[in-house]
Amino acid sequence: MSEPITPTLLYLDNVTVSFDGFRALNALSLAIDHAEMRAIIGPNGAGKTTMMDVITGKTRPNQGTALFEGVHDLTVLDEAAIAELGIGRKFQTPTVFDMHNVEDNLLLALKGERGPFAALFSRRTTRERERIEALLERVRLSAHRYRKAGELSHGQKQWLEIGMLLAQEPKLLLVDEPAAGMTDQETADTADLLRDIAKTRAVVVVEHDMTFVRDLGVKVTCLHEGSVLAEGSLDAVSANERVIEVYLGR
Amino acid sequence: MTTQSLIDRQSIIVLSLLAATAVLVPVLNTVAPPGSALHLSDYLVPLLGKYLCFALLALSVDLIWGFCGILSLGHGAFFALGGYAMGMYLMRQIGSRGVYADPILPDFMVFLNWRELPWFWHGFDWFPIAALMVIAAPGLLAFIFGWFAFRSRVTGVYLSIITQAMTFALMLAFFRNDMGFGGNNGLTDFKEILGFPIQSGSTRIVLFVLSTVALAAGYLLCKWIVNSKLGKVLVAVRDAESRTRFLGYRVEIYKLAVFTLSAMIAGVAGALYVPQVGIINPSEFAPANSIEVVIWVAVGGRGTLAGAILGALVVNAGKTWFTGALPEFWLFALGGLFVFVTLLMPRGILGGGTDLWAKVRRSRTRHAPGGLPYAAE
Repeated sequence: MSEPITPTLLYLDNVTVSFDGFRALNALSLAIDHAEMRAIIGPNGAGKTTMMDVITGKTRPNQGTALFEGVHDLTVLDEAAIAELGIGRKFQTPTVFDMHNVEDNLLLALKGERGPFAALFSRRTTRERERIEALLERVRLSAHRYRKAGELSHGQKQWLEIGMLLAQEPKLLLVDEPAAGMTDQETADTADLLRDIAKTRAVVVVEHDMTFVRDLGVKVTCLHEGSVLAEGSLDAVSANERVIEVYLGR
Repeated sequence: MTTQSLIDRQSIIVLSLLAATAVLVPVLNTVAPPGSALHLSDYLVPLLGKYLCFALLALSVDLIWGFCGILSLGHGAFFALGGYAMGMYLMRQIGSRGVYADPILPDFMVFLNWRELPWFWHGFDWFPIAALMVIAAPGLLAFIFGWFAFRSRVTGVYLSIITQAMTFALMLAFFRNDMGFGGNNGLTDFKEILGFPIQSGSTRIVLFVLSTVALAAGYLLCKWIVNSKLGKVLVAVRDAESRTRFLGYRVEIYKLAVFTLSAMIAGVAGALYVPQVGIINPSEFAPANSIEVVIWVAVGGRGTLAGAILGALVVNAGKTWFTGALPEFWLFALGGLFVFVTLLMPRGILGGGTDLWAKVRRSRTRHAPGGLPYAAE
């Protein structure tokens, strides 16, 4: 690996993705720093999910640069390799392994060997057990560790998925609408949790809930038609004429 | 503990039933005098042995379908390939006792005026090579097939369809005389296996016992896998494939590994089947055969291992009875059974039974003084 081209953790430059002529991303450029939290807002179809797909290797851009830690080219790696680099992703609808209990969900997510033979002969170590304990504590699911994930409430599933993300020990977390379908209290708790996580890792949060974004209190990027419309503090962005026009409404 | 113990209650039941079968069937066949109510007639021994081979085949399908969500509708192909590898060995054992008395060439090759043994028949007169090919041939096919299918992320019904196409293509190929596998007639007229006469009662008993041993070993192997962390990853792939990818698991490698292993187990089942039925021909590749295996698993209970064994035994026993009593109606009964199980017992006999048992226990707990109330949401 050569010298880092950029000091930022995540660097997107001029990224374009077209689906049958429709430009889901149109020359998008974005930079996320180490241990930075960024909120991404924007109307439906603005390209928020496509952006996450590009970063995690699910979608290949037609052109543009996507670099992680200045050296890893995300446009040529597959999902598993990108996850190994330290990028974790939470889906919009909570996606956990319904038939496994909460503990096993975390176990599968724990950073470690990912090959089938390693998995066949793996035995749970004390270190892993402690990690799981700590994670259960952190996402407040200690009391539910032996329940099947499918039996959890919507909010608990969201938290379990965040716990699974943390178990991967990623450098960058991509979190898609973490507050969707949550009660006010749960939403506030989730904001707390994410702020706490962002002390040590970079977090990108896609969210529609403006109260939640305000709770986060971080730099905001507003996407529209596949490119950045405005960037800055929430107050600055929400005062932007164009943002009001296309997203917030008058 | 990451893994549940290998020997749980289900394993104990399965293994003791298999052990009992391995002892009782030979005893009832040889010790109980003919004519007594307990006597097991000679024709039943290979018939039951055949069921056990089918049970092993069902087990291999349950491993990939029940635990990893790969619905293979072509597993009969791997079973048949294992069977052909064994059949080739048995053909070479005939030697000069064939109709044309050629010391090297099997009868069908003499009949086709072939001068020498095709290259791929060499070595099959030696049992270890044949035994290796029983595992290697289906394993290699599954590996190559899986490599392309899983890497291209072919899943769901598309995968099922191409597995059907695979077994159908193989059936057409094996029907051709110039493939060198006996064409339409397949391989038959076997004389002996490892020096023992293949028709004799004692050989059949040994083959029967070996089938129970193979089934028990296959069961333990599958149990070990599904109880390990590997098994948890397989279930994760089954239930949320992309989530598993984003956790950093290479889903295609997992699928490829388990699919290949499953094909090898199916090959062993086929190899034990052939000496007991005395023939292997291209109809074993028929797409309908592979679909039938899936029905056995569904009837017994998908994703339970023991259910696959149970389903294979129950459906095949039913088939034997039906084809004797009401031969025209067997396919209707099979189709009806599949519809019935899919609609009314989606978890099969074993899954349905477990649910019922849990319900009974739960209502008992609820009524018992001081019992915990049922706490699910």
